[in-house]
Amino acid sequence: MSTLTEDIRMADRPEGLEGQGFFATKLQTVVGLARKNSIWPLPFATSCCGIEFMATMGAHYDLARFGSERLSFSPRQADLLMVMGTIAKKMGPVLRQVYEQMAEPRWVLSVGACASSGGIFDTYSVLQGIDRIIPVDVYVPGCPPRPEQIIDGVIKIQRLVETESLRRRDSPEYKAMLNTYGIE
Amino acid sequence: MEVTDLEKIVSVLKEKYEEDILYAEMLYDFPTVSLKKEKIVEIIQYLRDNSETKFEFLTTLCGIHYPELNQIAVMYQLHNMMTGKRVRLKTYLPIELPTVTSLTSVFPGANWMERETYDFFGVIFEGHPNLKRILNVDEMIIFPLRKEYPLEDQVREDKNDAMFGR
Amino acid sequence: MEVNHTIEDHIYQPEEKRYSYLNLGPTHPATHGIFQNVLKMDGEIIVEATSTIGYIHRAFEKLAERRPFYQITPITDRMNYCSSPINNIGWHMTVEKLLGIEIPKRVQYLRVIVMELARIADHIICNAVIGVDTGALTGFVYMFQQREEIYEIYEHICGARLTSNVGRIGGFERDFTPRTWEKIDTFLNNFPTVLKEFESLLSRNRIFMDRTVGCGPITAEKALSYSFTGPNLRAAGVDYDVRVAMPYSSYDDFDFQIPVGKNGDTYDRFMVRQEEMWQSLSIIKQAIAKIPEGPFHANVPEFYLPPKEEVYNNMEALIYHFKIVMGETDVPKGEVYHCVEGGNGELGFYLISDGGRQPFRLHFRRPCFIYYQAFPEMVKGSMLSDAILTMSSMNVIAGELDS
Repeated sequence: MSTLTEDIRMADRPEGLEGQGFFATKLQTVVGLARKNSIWPLPFATSCCGIEFMATMGAHYDLARFGSERLSFSPRQADLLMVMGTIAKKMGPVLRQVYEQMAEPRWVLSVGACASSGGIFDTYSVLQGIDRIIPVDVYVPGCPPRPEQIIDGVIKIQRLVETESLRRRDSPEYKAMLNTYGIE
Repeated sequence: MEVTDLEKIVSVLKEKYEEDILYAEMLYDFPTVSLKKEKIVEIIQYLRDNSETKFEFLTTLCGIHYPELNQIAVMYQLHNMMTGKRVRLKTYLPIELPTVTSLTSVFPGANWMERETYDFFGVIFEGHPNLKRILNVDEMIIFPLRKEYPLEDQVREDKNDAMFGR
Repeated sequence: MEVNHTIEDHIYQPEEKRYSYLNLGPTHPATHGIFQNVLKMDGEIIVEATSTIGYIHRAFEKLAERRPFYQITPITDRMNYCSSPINNIGWHMTVEKLLGIEIPKRVQYLRVIVMELARIADHIICNAVIGVDTGALTGFVYMFQQREEIYEIYEHICGARLTSNVGRIGGFERDFTPRTWEKIDTFLNNFPTVLKEFESLLSRNRIFMDRTVGCGPITAEKALSYSFTGPNLRAAGVDYDVRVAMPYSSYDDFDFQIPVGKNGDTYDRFMVRQEEMWQSLSIIKQAIAKIPEGPFHANVPEFYLPPKEEVYNNMEALIYHFKIVMGETDVPKGEVYHCVEGGNGELGFYLISDGGRQPFRLHFRRPCFIYYQAFPEMVKGSMLSDAILTMSSMNVIAGELDS
């Protein structure tokens, strides 16, 4: 059917200098393009948002379209830490350990109201937002957020990944930001 | 004359443990008996083995804090699956020293339920194989479900108390 | 040449056995929920297991002491979040028991339809995840598509997909629209084919049966002494189902069977849940065939929010609306216990009310919490992969495990 082939979009060609048999552009652009379409998430699913994540990975709202085909449960091999669900104070150190084990560059997506700010559970045993212990890049609100919202969050992460400078992770500002969380 | 469930249970209890019964009533069609705490485990075992009542299934076990009475109650609910009859037993413990014998020798399923009651209210179950905190962090020093402790996380400063009714 | 040493001389026999400890830590693959098991292993065999839970303790029971009744419904949602309408309706029935409200027949039948859909949704997840843990990923993808259909039905009834907050004290917010009935009919026509396909993939599959038969067994006496309920108890051989033993919401009008297993192992649990899905489908069909006409809520103006047109035009409706939302209505004092058959067993609500707008004490009898105690005993002597399968076949949902 003609409409299906017309709808297929390949990744946009970045700006650059083109000639017979060569194409020159910034390294940062190419690396960003490659990284954004192959993010390997670590689904840190704790509660109800985890079930909505399972629905997002299912056939209806396929998250694998965006390059996240391989879920990595080992932090060493993951790029994106998706924290989905309530984090209790007992779980805080575990989350922190998982974050510290991830290799740079790493991004954090906080899915759901409970991970972003404690949600409806303003109680003594719930951590009021994971940004008290780890730096977060994108917050997805909702209780639980619809799969479309989770995909929207992943697309925003893709935009961050695409435009990130290659020197950012070694810069002193980034290190200072990590120090505010107590991470060396 | 037809004997109600409550009367049957009370009569079975009266055969051996008459002085332990404090109060018996029917609450919303549920026989409830309040007992003294000293022989509660024997009474439950007796109710389990007695052929008239045969309460062989422990449904649940929880604690209740009564601040005006300065007591913590422990509530046991038993169930006879064959006849469908249930009973609720309550014992009241003083808040300064809430100790009671553990039910794990009679029902192994009471293990975690007693740990949860200890975690929330501080009730000490003597004879429990592993009485540690189960749901809260191990370093917690208070027993949070007692009425005097607040619900909210005190670390949080950005919520306006007047609006959020904390 | 003479050889006078035996082979035993060459095999290393340590004086004392050394065990290794494997941490099946809080973060699991395959999203079962977060709880920790430290396994003491002798090679590949598990000698002892120690469970640590509480990694998602959200203090529901304390939270419920500070909320009026309608604000507790979203909390009950998040206990067993795979089948949240059952929790909501169970809580509303507890309050109705406390207040002594009589529920019309149509509401009871509608509640049965919603609860059976929720039960199917819960068993879909559990069985699909058992398949995933044995390596069969296809069944998961097929069954999850059917769960999307159930989500769309929930959206028509109450507006939400997963944590449904369905119904009110006394009934439902609105009657089922014709589109809802169409969707339920489509689901009832399509789901049996998918379920049969899923069953044919796994239930007589040699590899699946080899993995699951004899894996994590428990006898009926032990199960009863550990206070098991639900499909785990029925797989062990005891036919206790709250819907039959203490019928609520007109379950005694329907004709259904209780599937019972024999050994209490993983295969029996899988088959019991599979058969319960078929029985739930039959119950929904009977309910649709026999549903009477009538009001979709009981006549309790003090607890049921009046419709908005009346609130804007009628003085009494405005006063009732105000009193219900601000929680000023008086509630009788008393202690009540009500139980429903949740996806995992007998879900009980023990409510003590002291006359105020908030409960004095609310205790949830959570089936998951109670039967997970027996996990160390069920895996003793089995191998590591059997432990994973036993854990997933027990359908442990972390929200229900830690309250």
